[in-house]
Amino acid sequence: MTAAIEVQNLRCEFRVRTGVMSQEKRVIAVDNVTFSVPAGSVLGVVGESGCGKSTLARLILGLLKPTAGTVLVDGRSLFDLDRKARARLIQPVFQDPFASLNPRRRIKDIVALPLAAQGTFSRGEIERRVGGILERVGLSAAMGERMPAQLSGGQRQRAAIARALVLEPRIVICDEPTSALDVSVQAQILNLLADLRRDLGLTYLFISHNLAVVEHVASEVAVMYLGRFVERNETDALFRTPRHPYTKALLESVLTPEPGKGVPDIGLGDTMPDPSNIPPGCRFNPRCRIAVERCRHETPTPMVRPPAGMVECHLA
Amino acid sequence: MSTLLEIEGLEVTFGRTAAVRGASFRVERGETHCLVGESGCGKSVSALAVMSLLARGGQRSAKKMSFAGTDLTSLSDREMARIRGNRMAMIFQEPMTSLNPAFTIGSQMAEVMTRHKGGSRAAALDRAAELMARVGITAPGMRLGQFPHQLSGGLRQRVMIAMALMCDPELLIADEPTTALDVTVQAQILRLLAGLKRELGLSILLITHDLGIVARVADHVSVMYAGEVVERAPTAELFRAPQHPYTRGLLSCVPVPGRVQRDRPLGSIPGVVPAIGAGFAGCAFRSRCGHADETCTRAIPRRQAGDAHDYLCRLEPDWAEPQPA
Repeated sequence: MTAAIEVQNLRCEFRVRTGVMSQEKRVIAVDNVTFSVPAGSVLGVVGESGCGKSTLARLILGLLKPTAGTVLVDGRSLFDLDRKARARLIQPVFQDPFASLNPRRRIKDIVALPLAAQGTFSRGEIERRVGGILERVGLSAAMGERMPAQLSGGQRQRAAIARALVLEPRIVICDEPTSALDVSVQAQILNLLADLRRDLGLTYLFISHNLAVVEHVASEVAVMYLGRFVERNETDALFRTPRHPYTKALLESVLTPEPGKGVPDIGLGDTMPDPSNIPPGCRFNPRCRIAVERCRHETPTPMVRPPAGMVECHLA
Repeated sequence: MSTLLEIEGLEVTFGRTAAVRGASFRVERGETHCLVGESGCGKSVSALAVMSLLARGGQRSAKKMSFAGTDLTSLSDREMARIRGNRMAMIFQEPMTSLNPAFTIGSQMAEVMTRHKGGSRAAALDRAAELMARVGITAPGMRLGQFPHQLSGGLRQRVMIAMALMCDPELLIADEPTTALDVTVQAQILRLLAGLKRELGLSILLITHDLGIVARVADHVSVMYAGEVVERAPTAELFRAPQHPYTRGLLSCVPVPGRVQRDRPLGSIPGVVPAIGAGFAGCAFRSRCGHADETCTRAIPRRQAGDAHDYLCRLEPDWAEPQPA
């Protein structure tokens, strides 16, 4: 299988100034990440806010230039492609369908825009394709005539998915696509994304803070902490036998609908991770329940654990 | 157990829109009661109506609204202001928007105390520091002098909880208190609330859309849909034997880690919540319900499924085995 997304030693730094007199700080949002996503599969990326998962999405979409490292999408660097070719290859679906659709355009015009921007489609062809994709995502032709404000959250997210797929891209980057939706609607959208992937042979990078959602859609899961993948494995293996203490804590913090179990004590402490001040040694050590002296000095390297999967921990 | 808050037949309208349509629920002393439902179902508006904090244009009426023996409907604005923040306090989803960015944490916390209970500012600050330590904030002395933007989301929510506790309230209303937080921080905040309930005998009305939270912290649950309480039950019973088709649908939508079958679609509820205008009759869920027939357009009975378990549906209890979770 060829890799749809190939990322090597990817690094992204921001320089920020918190006040007029304060010193410039370096924020390392993505720190030397290497991975690949096979065509037709789904890589789920989970982590807390500020761990760099959205920066990773923007790097892969070519919306941000990396400080170092390479991103190959379908074997090519996005920086070698012009915007039109890029748009035919990879498309995003973002979290907030209220912010990502132009409030002053009709839905069918919003969905048609990527086609029109290509400049190679006739008006009849555009109309045919827009009609087709709207139907495919479950929006009627009448919905296409409406403005975004006249649609519910779920319908808007369907429109955003239609816009992403209208150019028939190979790869879709989903950044928290259901986080702003109600559970009953979330289930509709997750089922739709699963159907579309199967029918159209799409590859997804699926970013979410919701582990249950990721387990449902992903074939492989990466756990991100302060800019690095600290564990990666096939979905079933990762959920059945998590190895990194951070992965374990994340899994414990999921509140399943089981009455009587109470709220677990995940023992992560109060120190929140700060990407402008990454601790020496293992970056997770200040919050780790089982950290030993070695973890405070020596940075763990990625270790492959048979039969599959990777973990960055001295003690795993 | 005695009832602290009893609401019967609550109606709230904004112009021609009915936001709450005859909702009834009660919070017992020392228990956590969850109002659960999806956006727009009226759960937040119900809580705001209890606090007399409805936005302008909101009209409230109720058959009964009683808080610790006081009839809330009969109170003047002044009398209500003396109860609010004092005997009942409220925390919200986004703590940043509920804290004033221009004042220090300490001065905002102290004001709650001096306003309701009088006393010196120094005494109020002492109490603030004590409560901040109680809710798990390290170095409270330093935090008192800080501004809201200097704290993380989890810390801000702890500050909000400490502030709500300043006057030793009997009832804490928490509206989606962990929705804006990471799952790891969410677990910590919910543990804190459970501890406060246990140790201070606090009663909590918790508003959430998350059935996982409901299962883990609630003693009793009221499920809301389109402005009505469609099912009420003790928590364990609601999850074991849900009766209303909406409750059942909602439960089937939640992906449970470890029990996921990736090749099978998640359960989902087709359609959208209907707009409810004046003169709407019958069951508001009928347009999305697989069991609906023409009788659902008429008045719907409230059926009893257990001692403290009732639901609003034409169907008899236990009309089908609940689907496995």
